[in-house]
Amino acid sequence: MADTPTASRLALMEDMTIYNAMTLKTRLIEALAGTDRLELDLSGVAEIDSSGLQLLIMIKREATRLGKQAPIVAHSEAVSEVVDFLNLAAEFGDPLLVPAHQG
Amino acid sequence: MDEITSVFVTESREQLTALEAALLDLEANAGDPDTLNAVFRSAHTIKGGAGVVECEFIVAFTHVVENVLDKLRNGEIAVSGDLVAVLLSCADHIGHLLDVLEAGATQPNEDLTAEGATILARLQRDWLAQHDDAAPRSGPPSAREEPVSSSGGGAVETDCWHISLRFGPNVLRGGMDPLSFLRYLDTLGRIVHIETLADTLPAAEQMDPETCYLGFEINFASTADKAAIERVFDFVRDECELHILPPHSKLEDYLELLRKLPEDTMRLGEILVRIGALTQTELDEGLREQTPPSTEAEGGEHTPLGEILVEHKVVQPELVEAAVGKQKQVSEKKAAESRLIRIQADKLDKLIDLVGELVIAGASVNLLAGKSGLSDLVEATSLTSRLVESIRDAALQLRMVQIGETFNRFNRVVRDVSRELGKDIELVISGGETELDKSMVEKIGDPLMHLVRNAMDHGIESPENRVAHGKPARGRLELNAYHDSGSIMIEVVDDGGGLNRERIAAKAVERGIIQPGQTLSDTEIYNLIFEAGFSTAEQVSNLSGRGVGMDVVRRNIQSLRGTVEVSSTAGEGSRFAIRLPLTLAIIDGFLVGVGRAAYVIPLDSVVECIELRQDSEGRDYINLRGEVLPFVRLRDMFGIEDVPPPRQNVVVVQYGGLKAGIVVDQLMGEFQTVIKPLGSIFRHIKGIGGSTILGSGEVALILDVQALVQRCAQHEERSAARPQLAAPAKA
Repeated sequence: MADTPTASRLALMEDMTIYNAMTLKTRLIEALAGTDRLELDLSGVAEIDSSGLQLLIMIKREATRLGKQAPIVAHSEAVSEVVDFLNLAAEFGDPLLVPAHQG
Repeated sequence: MDEITSVFVTESREQLTALEAALLDLEANAGDPDTLNAVFRSAHTIKGGAGVVECEFIVAFTHVVENVLDKLRNGEIAVSGDLVAVLLSCADHIGHLLDVLEAGATQPNEDLTAEGATILARLQRDWLAQHDDAAPRSGPPSAREEPVSSSGGGAVETDCWHISLRFGPNVLRGGMDPLSFLRYLDTLGRIVHIETLADTLPAAEQMDPETCYLGFEINFASTADKAAIERVFDFVRDECELHILPPHSKLEDYLELLRKLPEDTMRLGEILVRIGALTQTELDEGLREQTPPSTEAEGGEHTPLGEILVEHKVVQPELVEAAVGKQKQVSEKKAAESRLIRIQADKLDKLIDLVGELVIAGASVNLLAGKSGLSDLVEATSLTSRLVESIRDAALQLRMVQIGETFNRFNRVVRDVSRELGKDIELVISGGETELDKSMVEKIGDPLMHLVRNAMDHGIESPENRVAHGKPARGRLELNAYHDSGSIMIEVVDDGGGLNRERIAAKAVERGIIQPGQTLSDTEIYNLIFEAGFSTAEQVSNLSGRGVGMDVVRRNIQSLRGTVEVSSTAGEGSRFAIRLPLTLAIIDGFLVGVGRAAYVIPLDSVVECIELRQDSEGRDYINLRGEVLPFVRLRDMFGIEDVPPPRQNVVVVQYGGLKAGIVVDQLMGEFQTVIKPLGSIFRHIKGIGGSTILGSGEVALILDVQALVQRCAQHEERSAARPQLAAPAKA
């Protein structure tokens, strides 16, 4: 999508739960603003709930709206389990379980 | 006999009782589908059970019976008196077969086999063959047949529920995580397919990370019923939009759902197709029908289902009814079963014994506490004794059963006997819900049977005779039960000719029971029929009149601490009244003292206590508010020879409508007591019903109020009887 893409990686190490939702949103939005391709490393996320999931959906949509990308490049077990449970893998379009850069 | 067989036998006997009752009912209201179903169900349950215990001969017999019932139910054959009679004999035969099984035999004996074959042949010839020209299917079916009512999950299991969920915005803030509800849902069944919808999620700037924007469409495979699924979402019920479509819902319902949900219809339609709730064809068809919307709106008013869906978006009674109906039946049946526990009777007896001992021990504690004068202790013991009292009542209640079941047995007896005798007799039962001790219910059956047969045989006249006397041709026999001052009254009332006073007196003289010229009141003469070896029937039928009847009846009833009395009006009928104590074991007593001894009067019979006035010396009656009240002086009766205290009291007691006074020294208050029977050498002492142990360890005698009251009453009656009454007895 972007012509000369700048890429950056955001590694989240805290829980993606309602308690962190506010700060997480800000961090995600800010991180996306400074790059064309925000690679999300969620391998350190030990816990994720519905609010965390909403944030993922939000950032992906926002990226699409701005003509950017926000792939999840690494899933923790908790994240992949939830994505799988809610059947969101197709919508997210990220390779699950295999941490790899999108080509 | 192993446990499962014994349970089968017990349960089958219950089913047989139900079967018999339903058959009699069927005879009265031919063709009532509920009754028919009840008959069929009973037979089917017995067959099913017999299959489980692998009792082939019962399965084989019941199967044919069931075939007939099936035809009956399908309206292929009609209910008739004959058919009911044969079916009743089938029920009897099954009862006999159960006896065989219970006795541990592998096959019925020849007589029974022949009896079975005769009944089956009759069924086959008259009811099965005429509509079933093909070879009758009388062979035993596969042994293990599931009872009809226990199925019901099958169709539901294979298909899926459809659940639409839209969580409200405040769910997350409320501390609830939609994910956990879904995970819980997953434990009830299997989430076959789930689609997560975040269509309401706004652009990043407006998005509030603490607001919930999620929705789900779920294809859910489960055997749980709708209520159970709804319960999953109980905590968020107010904050979420929940739609549950049961498996096999109508297309219309799905369309309704599409219309209702906030998302675009087409998009949702696709989702439904994707998760497998609808096929593409169904969707297309449905959407096409939906347009144009204006006509649909009008048409919608004629589709109440849709309307209801709109109005009750969470609870959908019709849909629940359709899909959950069967499961509900199953759970209701289970609930009914779980209300009953079978336990061994001796365990219960043991409990009652223990409670009896507890009552005695409690009385002793009470006494000691009272003596100690410690008010805290007295308070604590009074609480304990109240609890003990409740335990006693509850324990005794465990043994209480309604007498109705015993009464209902007589429907069959009356029906059979009246046919045999060529009389038309109607049985009227009242008070079937009256409860009494189970051991008494068992023992009262035989005496009742005697009285009922006697009333039908000797009491109620033949129809011609009745018409000639201006009575309706149809005789009437009543069985009544009710509570009366701490006793149970059971009455057998007929509207026949009544007892013949002269003939009874003559017979009594002939048998040497009374002396010629002896003066007897009507009541005394009527009650002579309970004397041993007394029978006035001129012709002895095979039913009663063997001369061993009434005295056995009386003895049986007396062994239950009960009494039986007869009253009669010539030409109008007679009434046998059996009076039984509520329970055999424990009574509430009223403790009184005479001299140094204590006596217990059953509290139920005590009416009031008054002071005996000084001027009553030498009389045996007092004026109780204008009424003559005869009394007995316990001091005289039991030969107590010390000096009476200056003030004596009269305890007014009532029994069977008669009042009398008992003169005692002291009134010592209420006392709960366990009856200990007296040894056999004391059996003939009148006026004492048993003994009990007081809290102090002393023995107190329990007064037999009935005997005392009767003593008074007889005394009075004798002195009042006029001499001319004795005349007919001389014949």
